[in-house]
Amino acid sequence: MSKLSTIGHRLYTGEVSYDFIGHRRRWYILSAILIGVSIIALAWRGLDFGIEFKGGADFKAATTVNVQTVDSMRDALRNSGVPDLDEATVNTIGNNQVRVQTRTLDPTEEVPKVRAAIANEVGINPDQVAYSLIGASWGGQITERALIALAVFLALVALVIGIYFRDAKMSAAALVALVHDLILTIGIYALVGFTVTPATLIGVLTILGYSLYDTVVVFDKVRENVRDIRSSTTRTYSEAANLAVNQVLVRSINTTVIGVLPVAALLFTGAVILGEGPLKDLALALFVGMVSGAYSSIFIATPLLAQMKEREPDMKKVAARVRARRAKESQKDRVVETPSPAPVAQASASTSTTEVSEPSNAELDEASSAVGNGARKVSVTFKPDARPPRGGSAKRSQPQNKPRSQRKK
Amino acid sequence: MATTTGHPGRTLIVLAVLVAGLITLLALSGTWTPKLGLDLRGGTTITLTARNTTGTGTVDPNSLQLAKTIIQSRVDSLGVGESEVTTSGDNQIIVTVPNVQQDELVRLVGQTAVLRFRAVYAAEQVQPPEPAPTATSEPTQGATAAPSGEPTVGPSETAEAPSAEPSAPAGTQPSSGGNNKPLPALPTAPPVPLDKACVAADGKGTPPDKALNWQPTEACQAAFAEFTCETKVTEVADQGLFACNQEKTEKYLLGPTLIEGNQLTKAVAGIPQNNVNWVVNLEFNSEGATAFEQATRDISQKSEPQNRFAIVLDGVSISAPSVNEPIAGGRAEISGNFTQKSATELANVLKYGALPLAFDVSEVNNVSATLGGDQLRAGIIAGIIGLMLVIGYCFLYYRGLGIVVVASLGIAGILTYASMVLLGSSVGFALNLPGIAGAIVAIGITADSFVIFFERIRDEVREGRSLRTAVETGWRRARQTILIADTVTMLSALVLFVLAIGSVRGFAFTLGLTTLIDVVVVFLFTKPLMTLLARTKFFGGGHRLSGLDPEHLGVQALPGSRSRRPVVGRPAVVSEEGA
Repeated sequence: MSKLSTIGHRLYTGEVSYDFIGHRRRWYILSAILIGVSIIALAWRGLDFGIEFKGGADFKAATTVNVQTVDSMRDALRNSGVPDLDEATVNTIGNNQVRVQTRTLDPTEEVPKVRAAIANEVGINPDQVAYSLIGASWGGQITERALIALAVFLALVALVIGIYFRDAKMSAAALVALVHDLILTIGIYALVGFTVTPATLIGVLTILGYSLYDTVVVFDKVRENVRDIRSSTTRTYSEAANLAVNQVLVRSINTTVIGVLPVAALLFTGAVILGEGPLKDLALALFVGMVSGAYSSIFIATPLLAQMKEREPDMKKVAARVRARRAKESQKDRVVETPSPAPVAQASASTSTTEVSEPSNAELDEASSAVGNGARKVSVTFKPDARPPRGGSAKRSQPQNKPRSQRKK
Repeated sequence: MATTTGHPGRTLIVLAVLVAGLITLLALSGTWTPKLGLDLRGGTTITLTARNTTGTGTVDPNSLQLAKTIIQSRVDSLGVGESEVTTSGDNQIIVTVPNVQQDELVRLVGQTAVLRFRAVYAAEQVQPPEPAPTATSEPTQGATAAPSGEPTVGPSETAEAPSAEPSAPAGTQPSSGGNNKPLPALPTAPPVPLDKACVAADGKGTPPDKALNWQPTEACQAAFAEFTCETKVTEVADQGLFACNQEKTEKYLLGPTLIEGNQLTKAVAGIPQNNVNWVVNLEFNSEGATAFEQATRDISQKSEPQNRFAIVLDGVSISAPSVNEPIAGGRAEISGNFTQKSATELANVLKYGALPLAFDVSEVNNVSATLGGDQLRAGIIAGIIGLMLVIGYCFLYYRGLGIVVVASLGIAGILTYASMVLLGSSVGFALNLPGIAGAIVAIGITADSFVIFFERIRDEVREGRSLRTAVETGWRRARQTILIADTVTMLSALVLFVLAIGSVRGFAFTLGLTTLIDVVVVFLFTKPLMTLLARTKFFGGGHRLSGLDPEHLGVQALPGSRSRRPVVGRPAVVSEEGA
């Protein structure tokens, strides 16, 4: 563990750096394949919707499961006197429960008969046969509501993203990551054939929130790092973004692990102890979505953002400047250093080269650590006073802060 | 939140007061466990969707409320405690009954209330199931005042009801609408079909226009003699019926339906002019009016008890007034020994029977107590495992700071539990399985806030700040991220709560609740605690096990507190620190 935290430090300073953005093509291709598989699975196998969506009845009874349980239960159903039960699914859950799923039944006429037949078969009182019954039209309504929920949720999330980032490209990248997670989660369901229930749907909607949150964490740091990018000659937007990803990597891993651990516990108990039910359904969707959310925020959203940003004329200028400076440096000093993303350059505060037009994404007051801090062994001659970022106030207020807290003692 | 910076002790006291207040509330309410949903303790939930039978589509909210009341009384009649009937949305009624798995419940709740007018062929006083008042023990039937106090029906325009039969003496209630006490317990045995002797040999029924000609066979009458109010006969519209009044003091042999309840357009209780007694006024639509006139003309010619007709709701005669004259014009008035209460109740029952609503059983969820117990246990186990995993990971990674995580999660746990119990006893919030799942998922969300905070502190230390300063500046930066994260979760919870149906709502609810509590805990507990801990030698000095030691953070030495040694590569920052 301590190794991870030391790495955390080295990632933070840029001493160790993984080039997430440079290798974006690799991740794009990986995601494209995953999405492709998901869509094919969805088209080919479709989703297995639970009775909640299509209507039906589901009976559960405690029994000691043996090899004949399913077959003898089928016979019992056939002899129950209720028509059209041949389509019924009979399966066992663990070694102590049998489950029967049928078409939707008449609640007063057919349900008691089926219950009695099942109870008789396993030798318990009919009242001990738990069941749920969903009317066919009701199932349709639930599906409709679910679709509305999904649409409303996506719209709201898009709105929140727009308000929070106030930057069309960031919003777009975050949305792409969101849709990516959504497709992957649905794809897993189609591929593995898990049943989709309302609990699944709730889980899926919840992970949309999670995915967004993961992206927010990374983008916050990106925003912090690119605050002065327009005047930078030391790094391009991509490099600044890549540093941000590296800096939040440990935090991303930690929040994801901590988020996933309880979900894994839910999944475990839901699947092992209960076998079926909302615990498993919720946990499964959350599990897949959380992992996918962490992945997409780092490997998809940020590279995409950087790619889009690099197309801006301003950023092209920055990149050109950085290239020019590097070429000059390497000619002059012959300093051999590893290339991006920790550029070796004496950053001269060349604020004069570009008109300081406050970038919109810098307006937000996420406190910024000085841009140059991440670079290794670079003596930064960056002058905070040259263009005081609002975030700089955190730093400047410190001297006042400290004596105050000392006095408190 | 400047106060949290300045007065960590004070903030902690605020929280302590909050926790103490909640616990006091718990003690006052006397409940220490949350109300459990039916999926955790066994029981039946039935969702009914109302359908407008007149075809306009919308369901009148008043009708729905009335229907809810009737369904509640039906459920109550089963004698089960703690049942709840609530309306949901604009057309649903949700019935929850704990500890009951009987099929009878679904049948009882789901059936459409059908109000029918039938002719009486025979009426007989019977012993009510429980010890009856002696007043009814001597049944005498005749033209004289019957102790049963049967009401009469007449045209409503007349100022005075032309009731040939005087009102019943005080002491007995009219057999109509006197349901000011709870409906008697319904027979637990399922209803039986009508005796075959009363059904035509070809099994065909009698349509309303021929209903007056219906005559029970002798065998049928013999069967009726055997009939007791302990059994209930399935009501079939176009066939005869054995029925009892609500008090089970009189049984009736009834003919096929004369008029369907939906032809009744209005039923109101009131006192007619120049009168002092309460009556119930009825109004029929034109079709009903014709049928009613025809029926009353025919019936009024007959002698007791065949000059009566019964108003049957759900197979129970709620009123069996006698008729003395043909009533034309579709307006009638039932008079008898009504009080305001009994008249209003009868009017309501009639109204309900005439409600243009039918109910579809949309969903039934039936969980046995055993399965409920299993689910509760599984939820608790999942919670414990999840908690242990998170705490274990935090100790591994954050070492000493793990204590902060445990303490914060502990406070969050107490707050969550107390809120759930209090919400259970105040607004009826019931914790169900998805709700437990929400609370478990929230462990991760709550712990996430600490991770963000801790990582920020570490970042600050890496930037060269002393630990004590790092806690403050790190907090300022982490705060925003924590708030946006919680806002996003809260938003999800809200949308889910509004849009979700049924039990999965519980997930959204607990998720929202715990997110709110997360904010409270992080602001009022974790932050001040960190401020205090940063002053201790163990944490502030960067002890090897504190999770804040220099080696762990990857810096050479903790700046600030112990050593003022400049950190390599940070001359500017350190000089600031030293100032």
